[in-house]
Amino acid sequence: MLNQREIFETQHMIDREHLDIRTITMGVSLRDCAHGDVNIATRKIYDKITRCAERLVSVGEDIEREMGIPIVNKRISVTPMALVAEASETEDYVPFALAMDRAAEACGVNFIGGFSALVQKGFTAGDRRLIAAIPEALATTKYVCSSVNVASTRAGINMDAVRLMGEVIKATAERTADQDGLGCAKLVVFCNAVEDNPFMAGAFHGTGEAECVINVGVSGPGVVYHALKEVRGASIDVVAETVKKTAFKVTRMGQLIAREASMRLNVPFGIVDLSLAPTPAQGDSVARILEEMGLERCGTHGTTAALALLNDAVKKGGVMASSQVGGLSGAFIPVSEDEGMIAAAQAGTLTIDKLEAMTCVCSVGLDMIAVPGDTPAETISAIIADEAAIGMINSKTTAVRIIPAPGKQVGDMVEMGGLLGSAPVMPVHTESSAAFIQRGGRIPAPLNALRN
Amino acid sequence: MHAIVTVIGHDRVGIIAGICVALANINVNVLDISQTILGGMFTMIMLVDIKEASVPFDRIAAALDEVGERLGVNIRIQREDIFNAMHRV
Repeated sequence: MLNQREIFETQHMIDREHLDIRTITMGVSLRDCAHGDVNIATRKIYDKITRCAERLVSVGEDIEREMGIPIVNKRISVTPMALVAEASETEDYVPFALAMDRAAEACGVNFIGGFSALVQKGFTAGDRRLIAAIPEALATTKYVCSSVNVASTRAGINMDAVRLMGEVIKATAERTADQDGLGCAKLVVFCNAVEDNPFMAGAFHGTGEAECVINVGVSGPGVVYHALKEVRGASIDVVAETVKKTAFKVTRMGQLIAREASMRLNVPFGIVDLSLAPTPAQGDSVARILEEMGLERCGTHGTTAALALLNDAVKKGGVMASSQVGGLSGAFIPVSEDEGMIAAAQAGTLTIDKLEAMTCVCSVGLDMIAVPGDTPAETISAIIADEAAIGMINSKTTAVRIIPAPGKQVGDMVEMGGLLGSAPVMPVHTESSAAFIQRGGRIPAPLNALRN
Repeated sequence: MHAIVTVIGHDRVGIIAGICVALANINVNVLDISQTILGGMFTMIMLVDIKEASVPFDRIAAALDEVGERLGVNIRIQREDIFNAMHRV
């Protein structure tokens, strides 16, 4: 029988250290919903999503109750909508976002991802129409998340798309100006986007995926932080081992929940995403883990090394705990969603330049960062280009989710609410990148794309 | 299907009796009990079999909540799988 220490350790992690399952995300293929008539297409989309995900929330809640572990989010990801909408004879793709939104509401999920286009090498007519619809779609829906893949290691960087997305981000901020540009919190620009990511806002159901799958994202910064407090002063080797062991335990929870959800919903299990996803709650911060390793404040010298260690140890611990690992798998550093990152940004220790360096060694990229509302579109495009270059050259996923908050200046706070948290407006370089961005074209695929 | 019942609270007469009666009423079989007083607190872990229970899981949890309230102790029931997943390879 399990001993008392083991049982209370698990309960303590859940009660005091914010151990939870961050998301069960059901991926649904909409490839069979394309139709020449937009009304028929959107009806098919609504019907398919609600049919597949009808029981997702109630099954998630049952599992929560029986296992005694919170499952914070139940979500849906769908086929990149540009692929589905393209068959319809319409210039306006907003109705597709509205159909997704209605389906999400009917299913009771808190986000639906996949209002997306993959344009790393070029645009189709449908891709252009979808991107044009993003500001309106994000302003008129509640649950829809959007993403655009503008670069990959194999294709290079589509600089026309990079330029366009700077403008789209600005327009999205303006359309949601009454909410501090909240629409931008639901819009991700990717390099090397993955097809099975369960985390929002960047989730979509890739074309290589099955009809319907269950992907699970775990979390646990609080658990890692508390485990490291127990080994204060020990060598870095001990730190790495401690993170590994903790990540193993956390990921085993994810594997269990994924298997259980998959069985009850009669939907194949896709992957577990090995992630350290922070929340704005006290004690659930990735920044505080780095500080516990011995940094006075996140963002100071040594932060990148500490994060590299953390990210690698999380993967090593997690990979044996799950039969199928995928998604983004790594530590997230969303500024507004991490209490320690917010504090470090407010103190001026954590800057966008330092965050960019950190994204070289961890999952994803410049995430949930607020910048002044008067930041030019070309500057945002240049920030995207820098991130995409890091992803392209290092064969990893990078992303930009940035909020040019209308009317806000450096030092102001942007309130997103809920899990999205609040972000201090951070300074950007004021020297112009416009001439570089206006060139357009493509950055060729790097030499390391030639692997065959 | 096995579940773990954990009980924490101030010691008093009748905690085990009260819980066992409640479980027996809904046909939940007690397989193992370990109980200690930790720092003055009554601490008990029970392994139970809920396969033949006469009510669904949430009603078992509700029945235990009711007993816990009456006895002034905190009672929680979770499937054994979550602990095995974390602590057994």
